[in-house]
Amino acid sequence: MIPALLFMLGIGAVCGIVLSLSSKVFYVYEDPRIAQVENNLAGANCGGCGYAGCSAAAQAVVSGIEPPSVCVISGKEGVEEVAKIMGVDAGSAESPLSYNMCEGGFRADDKYYYMGISSCKAMAVVFGGKRVCGVGCIGLGDCVKACQFDAVKLGPNGYPVVDDDKCVGCGACQQACPKDIIEVKTLSEKLMKFNQEHDPLAPCAQTCPAEINIPRYINQLKEGKYKEAVQTIRMRNPLPLACGRVCPHPCEDECRRGIEDEAVSINQLKRFVADFEMNSGSRIPIKCAPDTGKKIAVVGGGPSGLSCAFFLRRIGHQVDIFEAMPKLGGMLRYGIPEYRLPKKVLDWEIQGILDLGIKSFCYVKLGADFGLGSLMASGYNAVFLGVGAWEDYSLGIDGENLIGCFTGIDFLQRISSGEKISLGKTAAVVGGGNTAVDCARTLLRLGLDKVYMVYRRTRKEMPANEVEIVASEEEGIDFVFLAAPTKVIGDDSDNVTHLEYLKMELGEPDASGRRRPEPIEGSETMLDVDMVISAIGQSPDASFKEQDPHPRMTELELTRWNTVDNDPATMQASIPYIFTAGDAATGPSLVVDAIGGGRRAARSIDLFLKGKPVEPLKDSLQNKRIRESIFTKVDGIKKSARAKMPELPVEQRLDSMAEVDLVLPEDVAHKEAERCLNCCRICYNPDTDFPMAKAN
Amino acid sequence: MGDLFVLAISCIFINNILLAQFLGNCPFLGTSKKMETAVGMAMAVVFVLVMAGIITWIVDVYLLKALNVEYLRTVSFILVIASLVQFVEMFLKKSIPGLYAGLGIFLPLITTNCAVMGVCLINIKEEYTFVQATVSSFAYAVGFGLALILFAGVRERINLARVPKPLQDTSIGLVTAGIIALTFMSFKGMV
Repeated sequence: MIPALLFMLGIGAVCGIVLSLSSKVFYVYEDPRIAQVENNLAGANCGGCGYAGCSAAAQAVVSGIEPPSVCVISGKEGVEEVAKIMGVDAGSAESPLSYNMCEGGFRADDKYYYMGISSCKAMAVVFGGKRVCGVGCIGLGDCVKACQFDAVKLGPNGYPVVDDDKCVGCGACQQACPKDIIEVKTLSEKLMKFNQEHDPLAPCAQTCPAEINIPRYINQLKEGKYKEAVQTIRMRNPLPLACGRVCPHPCEDECRRGIEDEAVSINQLKRFVADFEMNSGSRIPIKCAPDTGKKIAVVGGGPSGLSCAFFLRRIGHQVDIFEAMPKLGGMLRYGIPEYRLPKKVLDWEIQGILDLGIKSFCYVKLGADFGLGSLMASGYNAVFLGVGAWEDYSLGIDGENLIGCFTGIDFLQRISSGEKISLGKTAAVVGGGNTAVDCARTLLRLGLDKVYMVYRRTRKEMPANEVEIVASEEEGIDFVFLAAPTKVIGDDSDNVTHLEYLKMELGEPDASGRRRPEPIEGSETMLDVDMVISAIGQSPDASFKEQDPHPRMTELELTRWNTVDNDPATMQASIPYIFTAGDAATGPSLVVDAIGGGRRAARSIDLFLKGKPVEPLKDSLQNKRIRESIFTKVDGIKKSARAKMPELPVEQRLDSMAEVDLVLPEDVAHKEAERCLNCCRICYNPDTDFPMAKAN
Repeated sequence: MGDLFVLAISCIFINNILLAQFLGNCPFLGTSKKMETAVGMAMAVVFVLVMAGIITWIVDVYLLKALNVEYLRTVSFILVIASLVQFVEMFLKKSIPGLYAGLGIFLPLITTNCAVMGVCLINIKEEYTFVQATVSSFAYAVGFGLALILFAGVRERINLARVPKPLQDTSIGLVTAGIIALTFMSFKGMV
């Protein structure tokens, strides 16, 4: 008895001494706050935050790697408690939400009859699922089973529907999905999402340079959810009013209905919902992510600058816009005439962007009024260069400087600014692009008797938008095709009297695929005009490079077209903190290209500010198409006429600058939306009165 | 040397601690749902069992037997193993944080694992020498890890199979464990 007691006492003492000594020797200081923080996390060890368990997450919070809002489950109180322990501001955390990408569901055909167990994971093992679509939803609801919060339901169309109110963004559904159908993303991540090769995208959404989810907003319009439709557009395009009016809609060229029938009038529908918002009298609130404390200078308030500023602001950065002209808008304001895009509409749209908390400084020009040095000294972390392409090419012929000669953009800008210009009676506009057409139609509205458009190729080769050409024909503009100006002739007091041109004929196709015009010897002809406007293209005005005294500016590389050299996938220029897009980077191009470029630059700027490598997106679909989604034949379409855009009658147009193109009436817009096949990558809705629709 | 090899084989396969002796069933069922966890647990068991085997053998020979208090074996082993695990945990945390991060959460789980206790008692009952005891501890632990990892693999597969409702999860787990145990029976008579 006694020896046993003594033995146990002894062995116990040894163990105790060893342990107490070792806890002294091997003591590791652990912040007491870790335990406190851990007590305020949900304790579910769900891994939604990306850490292995709550204690690891608590450690990350205390070491400052993660914000107090790291826990995806704990509510507002939990976050506030943690913030109190850490002594920091709780901040309005950006909670991620689950989001479904697939629009196909049951629509996609089956490859085989599946008899296995009801699990997406199991089915995905067998030839990647039974549906013909390689990326689409399998539809057995692994995400529904994975969700602990009852937020995901399998919708009636065979793909999951997420209840945003219940979703906590833990990411369980995304992990459960063997495809990439359900994605848990924060608002910032969704705003900075770019089309990728494995995405379920309709051909129109792949083609849109701004990458708008077109089928989704048309479907929302169809359901009468105009607000949601505008919000869908604003995820990708901050200027739906302007784009709805001036976009030449490349998306419609790829419309699947267009293969068998007339394409859906996508842009008109965009304009319809955008106009609905403007006319409703109230602005739809635009959500922004919490402030990040980073400052970016956007140089140039045109479409690319506005787009970049808008997206940077929405992901939480502070943005200031610097604009050389008296007002924001760039080419939208000064290059596009009032009758195509009324200034009132543009002002309303730009105000909405500025209301997000973006400051703008007008009448300040890069190089002249400020430079890289002053921007850096003012604490801007990055610079976006969207200075546009404002310098007109000259014709390079004699007499170009006579009184009555103008250049395209300069002319339009002076008219838009309200400058009084002494006009003649007859004018010749040289060029075949949109600027030329805009000049000609503007001149007509300014009261000229006769306006000629002088173009060296034929109507078929004109780069201007088809609708613009048609409108100018209706308005009575005289086209002089196959004509190359050779000389401007003036009288004794240097006023223009004639334009001499050489007749041309079309030869072999050149590098651009258009047939090269070749002059016919001795065919000089005179055109009796007192005004000549040359609108044969523009390049960026790169004078800021010489004017800016900052030595770093010499590192900025330009291309031989005077555009700022950048990596087209990241928009980063040769100086790492300068990003550029729009006409300044691409040369004269579409508004929608500038908008897409501005957003792409915003992504790179965001990466740059976060100290991450500015790398191109993997599998990016930029300017590419998913081959399997481009059809040559589409079954299930009954021909139906495309909605005709209402226009101001020609008689009423020429007396004023009133807007020519009008918005679709509501019933017509709905009918047009019905024509949309709501395509996804390979599936679509056949027309309802088509026999094959009933079979499904 | 040959004897030690035979001993190791018999400990890993024939007398597998989990499937033949049915010791340590709680972690066997608890940590076998995911391969990742199973591997972590297996590593931790190898680590702790070898140390426990060595320490308890020393305690038994130089304390219990020397002082003639063998009847205190079980209670003193519990005390020694528990202290040892605590000590190891503290040591790893300070000196080898990488290893601690990998094994950390499993170490406290093993403190009262009957497989550990069982192997220590078997070592004494079979009257192994020090070397034999070390080899057998290591081999039993490897056998434990082998069975656990095999089982985790099977269970991950079961997740993809259609299982009748009353048999789901632990029930089917136990049935499967039984079948695996049957297959291990076939090693009997090999040595």
